[in-house]
Amino acid sequence: MSKRLEVPYISRVEGKGTLEITIKGSEIEELKLRIFEAPRFIEAILVGRPYYEVHEITSRICGICPVTHQITALRAVEKAMGVKVPEHIRKLRKLLAIGGILSSHALHLFLLALPDYTGHPSVVEMAKAYPGVVKAGLRIKEAGDGLIELIGGRSVHPVSTVVGGFTSIPTQRKLESFKATLLKAKEEALKVSDFVLDLDFPDFERKCEHMALHKPNEYPVNEGRVVSTEGLDVSEDEYRKYVYEVQVGYSTAKHSLVKGRGSFMLGPLPRVNLNYGNLSDDAKEVASRSKFKFPCFNPFAANVARLLEIITLIDEAIAIIDGGELEGPSRVKVEPKEGEACALTEAPRGLNFHSYKFDERGFVTYASIAPPTCQHLRNIELDLMEYLKGYVHESEKEIARRSEMLVRAYDPCISCSAHFLEVKVKKG
Amino acid sequence: MGKLRIGVFKFTSCSGCQLSMLRVNEQLLNLLNLIDIDYWVMVSDVKGKGPYDLALVEGSVSTPEEIGEIKEIRSRSRILVALGDCATYGGLNSIRNYMSQREVEKLVYENPTSIRSTTVRPLDYYVDVDIYLSGCPPDTSTIVEVIKDVALGVPPRLPKYPVCVECKLSENECLLIKGEPCMGPVIKAGCGALCPNLGRICEGCYGPAVDPNAESLLDKWREIGLSEREIVCKLRKYAGLSKEFKRWSGL
Repeated sequence: MSKRLEVPYISRVEGKGTLEITIKGSEIEELKLRIFEAPRFIEAILVGRPYYEVHEITSRICGICPVTHQITALRAVEKAMGVKVPEHIRKLRKLLAIGGILSSHALHLFLLALPDYTGHPSVVEMAKAYPGVVKAGLRIKEAGDGLIELIGGRSVHPVSTVVGGFTSIPTQRKLESFKATLLKAKEEALKVSDFVLDLDFPDFERKCEHMALHKPNEYPVNEGRVVSTEGLDVSEDEYRKYVYEVQVGYSTAKHSLVKGRGSFMLGPLPRVNLNYGNLSDDAKEVASRSKFKFPCFNPFAANVARLLEIITLIDEAIAIIDGGELEGPSRVKVEPKEGEACALTEAPRGLNFHSYKFDERGFVTYASIAPPTCQHLRNIELDLMEYLKGYVHESEKEIARRSEMLVRAYDPCISCSAHFLEVKVKKG
Repeated sequence: MGKLRIGVFKFTSCSGCQLSMLRVNEQLLNLLNLIDIDYWVMVSDVKGKGPYDLALVEGSVSTPEEIGEIKEIRSRSRILVALGDCATYGGLNSIRNYMSQREVEKLVYENPTSIRSTTVRPLDYYVDVDIYLSGCPPDTSTIVEVIKDVALGVPPRLPKYPVCVECKLSENECLLIKGEPCMGPVIKAGCGALCPNLGRICEGCYGPAVDPNAESLLDKWREIGLSEREIVCKLRKYAGLSKEFKRWSGL
C-alpha cells in the first residue's frame, strides 16, 4: 500500500506548480515536481521576428526577472550582429541588472520566504508581528525597482534598452543622487541581518554540483566564465557542450543535466560559494556571523546568500557610480546580418542561457532559452527526496509544509521554467 | 466602508501585472487597510473561495483547464478586472495563434504529446469583463486607482485617447516626424508617454486607442521604409487579436 500526498498549487512562489509525493512504508517511492503553468511557447513566437524585438519579447517570459531576459537576449543579439558595446554601456547594464537582482531578492526573501520561518501564512500577517523587518525588505525592493527605473525607465519590462545600448541614459548627476537610496537600503539590510541569520534554518545538507558565473575582479552578473564545484570551467560558447536539456513527460519545463554527471544547483548559494572572494567586506562580515560556513551545501542557506548578495551588489552599484565615466553615446549603430550566438548571464535565480540564429535581414530563424528554474528542477527533486527521508512518518500536512519550504528556498520562477507548485503527497 | 475582499489570479502570463501591483512597495501596508487578500497564491497561503468583491485576473486563456477556471472565478466575483494585455487582448501569447499549433509545439518541445494548449483568447472571449486595465504591464498607480475606485463604488476613468496626447503634454519632439516607426497615434494613453520621453518609439503595449486610424499610420511607416513583414510584426505583438488591429495583423 502506498500513500499519495499532494500539495495543490504551491503558494508564495512565482507561477503554477504541483508536487506529487508517493510514500511506501518509510521509503519515498516517487517524487515529481510538476509544472502546470500553461506553456507560453516564447521560443516559437520569436521565430520570424526582427532582431530588434527579441529582448522586448523575452522580457515577457517573466515579470520578476525581465531585466535578465532582456540583457541576455541583447548580449546574444549583439554577438550575432558583431556589435561590441562601449564600457559605459556595459556598466549601465550591470547597474540595471543589479537593480533587477535587488528587487527580486528583496521580494523573495522578505515577502515570500520569511513567513515560512516566522510561521505566518503570508507577509500580511507577518507584517503585524515584524513590521520593521517587512518595511526593511520593502525599502530594499524600492531601491532595486528605483535603480531599474533610473536606467531602464520602468521596473517591470524596462523600455529604454535596445540592441546596441539604450535610447537614453541617465546623467551622472542623477546617478549620484540615487546613491542615498542605495545607502539607505544597505543600512536596512545590515539592520535586519541578525534577524535573517538567526532564523531557524533546517539542518540539511546534500552535496551536489553548484554552478555559477565567475569573474576575477567583480561579482559576476552579466558575464563571466561558467565554473562549478566539480571543476567545470568553460566559456558561455562552450556551455551547451557540457550542459544539455531533457524533456520530462509530467512537466511543461525541461530539465538540464551536466554531461557525465547529472543535476546541479544554480542561484545565490552557488554564486556565493564560487565567488566568496568577491563579496564586499560588509557582506563578508555578515557571513562570518552566520552558522553557515561557505562553501555550503544546505539549500536553505540560499536565503542567507540572498542577503549577502543584496549587500555586495549595493556596494558594487555604489562603486560603479563613484567610478564615474558613465556618460557617452547612448547606443552604437547596429546593421542586421546573418549570424548566430548565445549568451549566459546570472539571473536572480541563476544561469540564464539564450541562443539565437538570424537570417541575412536579421529575422530570427531559431531560438533556444534555458532559464535557471528550468535548469535545476531535477536538483530540487533530488534535494526533496533526500530531505524528506527524515520526515516520512510525519503528518501529510507537515511533509507538505517542509516540502514547500525547501522548494521556496530555490525561489523557483515558474513562468520562466514553463516551457512549475501544487504538492501532492501519496503515503502508505 | 468595509474592506474589499480581493482575489488575484494568474492565467497564461509572466506575473508582470502582479509585480506591477507589488511595485507599491511600502504603500502595500496602507493598501491593506482597504483590502483583504482572500486569494493571491503568489503572496499568501490563504486560498479563499470568495465570493470576491474584486477579482483581478492576469493572463490569457490558453488551456482547456483555464476555460473552466475563468468561468468559475467569474461566478464567484462581483467585479472582474482584466489585468494587463494578455487578459484584455490575448497579449504577446496570441502571436502563436498565427502559427499552426503543432508547428509551435514542435519548435519548443521534442515530444509535444504531453503538452495541452488551445488557441490563445482574451478573458472576454469566455466571460463578461467589467473593467479592462490594459498595459504590459499596467502602470502601478493606475492599478491602485482602480482598486480605490471600486472601493468607492465609482467607475474608473481610464484614458481612451492616444499616447500622442500625453507625448505632446511632455513636449517631446515627434519621433514619427523624425522618421522613426512610432505607434503612438494608434495606441491608448495611460503610460504618460513613458517610451517617447526616453527617446524610444511607442511599441504599443497599452493596446489600441479608441477608433484609431491605423491605415494612415501604416502608410507613414511604409514611407519610413518598414517592410510589410515588420508592419505585421508590430501589429501582431500585444493586441493583434483586437478588433482595431485584426484587419492588419493577419487573421
